[in-house]
Amino acid sequence: MKKSKAFWGFLVLALVIYAVVQGMISGGMLDLYYQNILIQMCINVMLAVSLHIVIGITGQFSIGHAGFMAVGAYVSAIVTMKLGLPLIVAILLGAVISALAGLLVGIPTLRLKGDYLAIATLGFAEIIRIIFLNVDYVGGAAGMVVMNMTTWTYAFVAVVITILVIANFTNSRHGRGCISIREDEIASDAMGINTTYYKVIAFTIGAFFAGVAGAIYSHNFFIIQPTTFNFLKSFDILIYVVLGGLGSLSGSVIAAIFLTVVSAYLSNFPETRMIIYSLVLIIVMLYRPTGLMGTKEITSLFKFGKKGGSKV
Amino acid sequence: MTEKKTLKRFASVFLTSSLIVGALAGCGSKEEGTSTDSGGSTSDDTSEVIKIGANLELSGAVASYGSSIGKGAELAVEEINAAGGIDGKKIELVKVDNKSENSEATNAAIKLATQDKVAAMIAPATSGNVIATAQIANQYKIPTVTASGTAPNVTENEDGSINDFVFRTCFIDPFQGVVAANFATEELKAKNVAIYADNSSDYAKGLAAAFKEQIEANGGTVVKEEAYVADDVDFKSTLTNIKSANPDFVFIPGYYEEVGLIVKQARELGIDVPLMGADGWDSPTLVELAGKDALNNTFITNHYSSQDPDETIQSFVDAFEAKFSEAPNAFHALGYDTVYYIVDAIKRAGSADGEAIQKALAETTDLSLITGTFSVDEKHNPVKSATVLEYVDGNQQFNSKVNP
Amino acid sequence: MEWLQQLVNGISLGSIYALIALGYTMVYGIIKLINFAHGDVFMLGAFIGFYAIARWDLGFFPALIIAMLLCAIIGVIIERVAYKRLRNATRIAALITAIGVSLLIEYTVIFFRGASPEAYPEVFANKSINILGANISSISIVILAVTVVLMILLHFIVHKTKIGKAMRAVSHDADAARLMGINVDNTISATFAIGSALAGAAGVIFGLYYTRIEPLMGVLPGLKAFVAAVLGGIGSIPGAMTGGLVLGVVETIVSALGYSLWRDAAAFVILILILILKPSGIFGKNTREKV
Repeated sequence: MKKSKAFWGFLVLALVIYAVVQGMISGGMLDLYYQNILIQMCINVMLAVSLHIVIGITGQFSIGHAGFMAVGAYVSAIVTMKLGLPLIVAILLGAVISALAGLLVGIPTLRLKGDYLAIATLGFAEIIRIIFLNVDYVGGAAGMVVMNMTTWTYAFVAVVITILVIANFTNSRHGRGCISIREDEIASDAMGINTTYYKVIAFTIGAFFAGVAGAIYSHNFFIIQPTTFNFLKSFDILIYVVLGGLGSLSGSVIAAIFLTVVSAYLSNFPETRMIIYSLVLIIVMLYRPTGLMGTKEITSLFKFGKKGGSKV
Repeated sequence: MTEKKTLKRFASVFLTSSLIVGALAGCGSKEEGTSTDSGGSTSDDTSEVIKIGANLELSGAVASYGSSIGKGAELAVEEINAAGGIDGKKIELVKVDNKSENSEATNAAIKLATQDKVAAMIAPATSGNVIATAQIANQYKIPTVTASGTAPNVTENEDGSINDFVFRTCFIDPFQGVVAANFATEELKAKNVAIYADNSSDYAKGLAAAFKEQIEANGGTVVKEEAYVADDVDFKSTLTNIKSANPDFVFIPGYYEEVGLIVKQARELGIDVPLMGADGWDSPTLVELAGKDALNNTFITNHYSSQDPDETIQSFVDAFEAKFSEAPNAFHALGYDTVYYIVDAIKRAGSADGEAIQKALAETTDLSLITGTFSVDEKHNPVKSATVLEYVDGNQQFNSKVNP
Repeated sequence: MEWLQQLVNGISLGSIYALIALGYTMVYGIIKLINFAHGDVFMLGAFIGFYAIARWDLGFFPALIIAMLLCAIIGVIIERVAYKRLRNATRIAALITAIGVSLLIEYTVIFFRGASPEAYPEVFANKSINILGANISSISIVILAVTVVLMILLHFIVHKTKIGKAMRAVSHDADAARLMGINVDNTISATFAIGSALAGAAGVIFGLYYTRIEPLMGVLPGLKAFVAAVLGGIGSIPGAMTGGLVLGVVETIVSALGYSLWRDAAAFVILILILILKPSGIFGKNTREKV
């Protein structure tokens, strides 16, 4: 009952946001510059939320998320540019192949724990990138030219779907299985939870939505190059999740939006942009190591007196 | 203890919230700025300044190219404004940094087109980043000229169509490759050549392909073909392979950051044959990286030479040295020329309207600039000569000029 | 002949990886932190050495020692300011902080001197010695000698001195070490100092050998050095040395076979194979998970 209320509440909120922004666009108040920032925001939110399910919910430390984004970007670009199929097919295919890649990477590596897992996922992401670098069919290092096909509507619908699916997954039996792994893997194993299964599921879903984000990215920026998807991109995504608060969906959404705005604003000061950015990172981590939201959700802030608001 | 903790928490909350407020305030002020901008831009033609955007690599991997072009452009704008501008209107150069990233290049082009409302743009230095801005230029009908984007597909799409609003000041890759190959066979009598190309840029790959085709047409053989990727530092193992193939000439298309090390390591391994490259080598840093001795017996094709005795070139070199106290390299010269190229078109168009400038750019004939006299062909490429230079004790020496 | 040359190339590259890997492995062994800023300390070392040689006209050895000293101080400052208060926080928070410190160092350097590369001056007359058809430059012999001396010194410090004993104790069990009266904070700082000094030395050697230094030069070697540390068994000092040399030689072999474009991939494939097949690395001890 409560769950469905939150579900409808979110949908209404999304519709309102969409209507307002769309109104502003057709009213000419948001030109392409701001639309582009909005699309970037959507892409970053998707990436953050898709990594949130791996790190925040399941507690598996992956720092190679840009690899899956690259798979989605390249596969979707091949589908539209080489095969001439429509964008929606490209996004879906990109996401599915990316999920397959997630499955392939996940099965061997998810036996590892902690830092070892982190460094293995980083290694896989770099291997994916180097493969694209060496395949001439997709332009090698010089990159692949892609038509601009996305609009803000595509990006926004994709974000809404991503958030809905991941929020529902978190509240399902599977989601609780994943959370139990985060809290104590050995204990949940002892309770009869198939930990490998849940870890791989979470990883695959995360890769799927990273693929969607990659597909939208490639169709928004005219050209994709392997260097775009290096490990610094993975770190960026990781930063959204950790800064927002590990385990908080709304936290990672807020952090992704916040950092996109900060980054766009700082582009007026190219020299000091990265210095300020890294200082924000260090200061937040030193004074609030659990991230901005901790494990709380934004909804729990508004439930005064009510109990059981938080998801975890 | 708890007091200290709350204090800390307060500090952190304060810091972050002030940052958020700062960022939002920044956005707010930016929006205000644009609204006044768009108010003024409707009367673009009658305004007192003509804005030229410069979407350049001012930071990131190829920052040195972007900032060189920016310096050259600055000098040109200064000269033109001192001479009275374009029909009394001053030029304003709006520089934006694209961090050497394609997505940032797109963002910067959108910003120049929608926020700054420029009349024309100087496109990024590297071909990939130019491509990332081409569709924006076409969409907003803003003529865009790249100073150094040499890949053929910058102006010509895969399907053979032309990017209407994209132009360039430099010659294209295949031309340089052909010049280098002819120089190798005719001047250096090379028969067995090796190619060691930067695999991370279309530029070097295009050069390597054109060079190979021409050298084989000239009767030479390619005994070894190897590749490296940008940011490598250790080339010895591949160079050892090249050495064992015994070439009498090595063609190394790439950028100076790696080429400097390649030349140095090649000489250390005892590869003493002539080495040759293209305009990507042109930087004072190359001499520092490779060392003067190692660079002897190496050649490059380039857009111009600051040692060229031509009078206009020498007066440019003097003016540049007076302003920046360094000798201008090819990127400086190309940035300088790009501004003159655009301004010439604006003058002939008689207005700052995008389509009129585009038409004038496409009709440019026999325009005399620092990097040569050229006309624009139907693919928006300038038809111009190349210069072959030789390194002697760390200095570039003018060898010959090759016409197309 | 050619293979001897390739082996020499590989060992020169590998000894630089090994020097950086030592710092990684020591820090990880003692506080279980992947110190991503380590690669940037390496970069700082290269620049300090550069300014010492080019601007203050010092010789190679004074420059090396200055770079090592300053890097040791920088390492301790980083540890005291950024990592110390996170000792009880989650590992991921510490990792993000390390990434933050790494970006801060890189872009502060860019802010002050720009992103353009710098060429290291020549301090030795570079002569090539021909041994059995392989060209060995005098620099690579110096590099190898310095690396070996530093490693012997490190081995001596860790195994024969009091602070080395304390380091081993803390990395084994920090709480027990504290109960035994070991000053854990000072020991951790000493570890950072030694690790950073080695990274600084690696920076100077790198600059001398490869000539080109730039503010982002630490990123990839840092990552590779971490791979080397994992390869050898993280936390193990002989492991880091072996891992570095193996990685350098493997990369050279991959290039020599004509697959130079896959060289970086080779490093990561090795990493993943090692992690899956023998996660404790070549020299690592098997640790059983505690419940």
